[in-house]
Amino acid sequence: MPNAAQHPLALVAELTHRCPLHCVYCSNPLELQSRANELSTEAWSRVFKEAAEAGVLQADFTGGEPLARPDIVELIRNARAAGLYVSLITSGIPLDEAKLEALVQVGLDHFQLSFQGAREETANDISGTKSHQQKLRVLQWIKRYRIGLTLNFVIHRRNIDELEEMLAIVEDSHPGCVEFASVQYYGWAFANREKLLPTRQQLDYCVERLKRAEEELQGKTRVVFVVPDYYARFPKPCVGGWGRKLMLITPNGDALPCHAAPIIPGLKFENVKNRSLREIWEDSEAFQKFRGEDWMQEPCKSCDRREQDFGGCRCQAMLLAGDAAATDPVCSLAPQRPKVDAILAQINESQLGVPGERGSANQLAKPEWLYRPNPA
Amino acid sequence: MNVDLNSRPRLAAGCRMGENNNQRVLLMPERALRLNGPSLEIVSRCDGKHSVSQIIGELQLLYSKAEPHKVEQDILGYLDLLQKERALDFEP
Repeated sequence: MPNAAQHPLALVAELTHRCPLHCVYCSNPLELQSRANELSTEAWSRVFKEAAEAGVLQADFTGGEPLARPDIVELIRNARAAGLYVSLITSGIPLDEAKLEALVQVGLDHFQLSFQGAREETANDISGTKSHQQKLRVLQWIKRYRIGLTLNFVIHRRNIDELEEMLAIVEDSHPGCVEFASVQYYGWAFANREKLLPTRQQLDYCVERLKRAEEELQGKTRVVFVVPDYYARFPKPCVGGWGRKLMLITPNGDALPCHAAPIIPGLKFENVKNRSLREIWEDSEAFQKFRGEDWMQEPCKSCDRREQDFGGCRCQAMLLAGDAAATDPVCSLAPQRPKVDAILAQINESQLGVPGERGSANQLAKPEWLYRPNPA
Repeated sequence: MNVDLNSRPRLAAGCRMGENNNQRVLLMPERALRLNGPSLEIVSRCDGKHSVSQIIGELQLLYSKAEPHKVEQDILGYLDLLQKERALDFEP
């Protein structure tokens, strides 16, 4: 065993891959799981108990769209009863006032609402469905409750110039937190990458504007900005380190160290139907694979930052360097960094119209998106 | 931020106390804080009833060996941190 496992702190429960939205950057895998293979209410409820017993504090209910599960109220109730703090990461669709009331009544702790833009036209184009107005309605309903609220704006080249309007939605809805989460390039986003990557100019403005927003909103709303990995100097500590903090359970019960892990060839995942969560955490092959430092290559192996970023993201290394054990190619020290620079150069030097004009990217013709479908 | 001594802090929406393996924690959206000793004493008094001065007074008694001014500064610093994390609301 390469390293003694600490206990997991967070459980990401991908309750379903079904979703009324078709976002062009969806982080779900290209091969979506069908409804017929989803875990039952009972199986999920056992997972919540096992998670709490293994030391998990928080459960993030996500998908697909977690509200697409007809048993969502019961699942939240059971996760709370197991002792977990429950976040619902949702598009707000399908939801009505009565359903929201029921979610709050059974003890939902935190409601995270995703936004695809601030303008209806952009948001609907990105999500491939008419969804924006419903989100604004949900924001009004939720004001009745004393519940944690996070707004999550997913940011990319097509909507980054709507920042001011996004901040106006924040001002109006007083969330405890707002996240401006740049798209990262896996799954559907990887397929649409050239249409989504922002320009450096857009990004610089965004950083500067959000710094001001942070001051303006201090004490009211926490502002979190997630930079696109490709523009970072050093990689993110992906999932807080492989097999260190987080477990993700897919709709059919496979236990993953990270949502994108199935793209790594040869990794075998165990299923919660066959083994307990604690056993899977402690000694399954997939969780052991990149735990600790033994797997690292240079420059990670002798790098001072290896305990901060754990070598970055294994799945990004797979996608960009073709080797899951390589240094995350977004790292400025990585031998594969020139590949990332070439991708950025293409975005920044071509097609983008008048220099100095922030809005130029949006004046392009509508892209031919590869939309994420809804699984059977 | 200046903490008003007469205000009464309480846990913000989405924040609550929890426990796992005998460790008390403050659970917040996306994160959690371990609570031990003084931090637990402070947070468990953030109930919307205790004013900041009352919390200071009670902890000065509880930690009577510590210098009272130091206790006050530590509490104000910790409340300020929790406020920045959006873990507290201050009722007038």
